[in-house]
Amino acid sequence: MSQEKAVSGPLPVVDWLKGADTDDPYLEGHRCDECHAVFLGERSTCSRCSARDKIKAVRLSARGKLYSYCIVHRSFPGIEVPYISAIVDLEGGGTIKGNLINIDPDPEKIAFDMPVEVVFKDALGRKDKDGNSYLSYFFQPAA
Amino acid sequence: MSDVYILGVDMIKFGRFPEKTVPQLGAKAALMALDDAGLTIKDMEALYCGNLGQASAMVGQRILQEIGQTGIGVVNCSNACATGATAFREAWMSIKAGVHDVVLAVGVEQMGKGLLGGGGAGNGIPKEGLLGSGTMPAVFAEAGMEHARMYGTTFEQFAKVSVKNHHHSTLNPKAMYQIETPLETVMNAEMISYPNTKLMCSVNVDGSAAAVLVSEKKAREIGMSRAVKVRASVLTSDPYSDRDLVMPDVNAVTRKAAAKAYEMAGLGPEDVDLVELHDCFATAEILHYENLGLCADGEAGKMIDDGEVGLGGRVPVNVSGGLLSKGHPLGATGIANIYEVSTHLRNEADKRQVEGAKIGMTHVIGLGSACGIHILESVA
Repeated sequence: MSQEKAVSGPLPVVDWLKGADTDDPYLEGHRCDECHAVFLGERSTCSRCSARDKIKAVRLSARGKLYSYCIVHRSFPGIEVPYISAIVDLEGGGTIKGNLINIDPDPEKIAFDMPVEVVFKDALGRKDKDGNSYLSYFFQPAA
Repeated sequence: MSDVYILGVDMIKFGRFPEKTVPQLGAKAALMALDDAGLTIKDMEALYCGNLGQASAMVGQRILQEIGQTGIGVVNCSNACATGATAFREAWMSIKAGVHDVVLAVGVEQMGKGLLGGGGAGNGIPKEGLLGSGTMPAVFAEAGMEHARMYGTTFEQFAKVSVKNHHHSTLNPKAMYQIETPLETVMNAEMISYPNTKLMCSVNVDGSAAAVLVSEKKAREIGMSRAVKVRASVLTSDPYSDRDLVMPDVNAVTRKAAAKAYEMAGLGPEDVDLVELHDCFATAEILHYENLGLCADGEAGKMIDDGEVGLGGRVPVNVSGGLLSKGHPLGATGIANIYEVSTHLRNEADKRQVEGAKIGMTHVIGLGSACGIHILESVA
């Protein structure tokens, strides 16, 4: 059956999550040496300054601040709601989007610029058609 | 370069027409616009057709199969929610370039119900609800919360946009809905993505709109009495901004387009008598008051509180009912907006007429992103 095709260890939820099968997973950005813009995923040319071949992989910080968010109450069938869709500016550059967990989905409880940390967990039990499990990232209020 | 005029423009009443095909819907608006101009398809030198849902299925040619296969050139285009405006602008450019004197632009869309955006699994597992949300209500809620972060804009102020636009639509027989929605009704409606409730999300409808554009020479030949002059036509894509890739920046793309449009028209925001802007969600409308220069940065909340953007206010916005209540058939929206503004400039908007309107602006955003802005002027 499809389970037989599953590889050992979780796969990364996005290709810029590195070390999914290690005990030190992290998010990888690509930074332009010319203008310091930070991108997610590999590229050769900077879309900010158009410099070529100046992009280098960097390990993104696991700490950041909440820039914006919304609270999702209606989603597609099978997706648990409510949840917080959050946009986080990471320390040292890079902005990423993800679920903000371990806090009530209530605007009274959520503050702009609140410090958050990136944590890595199983992707809510979601598996692909071959039965592989995935490691995802989440945000939670910083300790 | 010749000035460009709209001689005929119309839209069908927006609604749900599952029994019709996309070309049938487009053909209906095309014939209405031709009738409005007093011309026929045999007078047209080219057709510019905007549609998203069947972007690879030659919708423009199939419209001609419905109304007359004259052999003219057809351009089919898709540009997200800026599709209709893009088709209109391509038509405008062909006249500006001196290639054509009379052309037809059609925007048409047949929509399903439900959430847009969010995407599928791609190569791995579905990301929706795992890496935040990619649904349109969520994306525009996040854009609204950025405004709240900067200026303290409230849920109530966002909701007031919906109260206003639903009120306007009660005066527009071509709107999908003609229903008053008081503030409590809007705020207590089902929450989709805070701060956007269901009544703060645009309505998915089927619709079509069309315009006949002509050169100045042709306009003078046919008659200028109901002509509307195109003072500016601008299309932009999103310039780089730091968060754009995870948080589509609808502000920078609009500001860039607005600056170019005002420059092209030789006008400023103070000259604009009415605006049809892209209220795909109530949160979005607030942002665009500032992006289009209708008020200073940080004053959009006050603008809705003070009633400046309602019919009878300083600069009425979305008197058609907007996407929130007139409806948002993606590919048709950018020409339906032009129909609305033209109708006011022709002093033919009946109960919702903006008195003495001479200059009007239309604005659409296609996420990903494209911004189309047109500034139109009454000739009469």
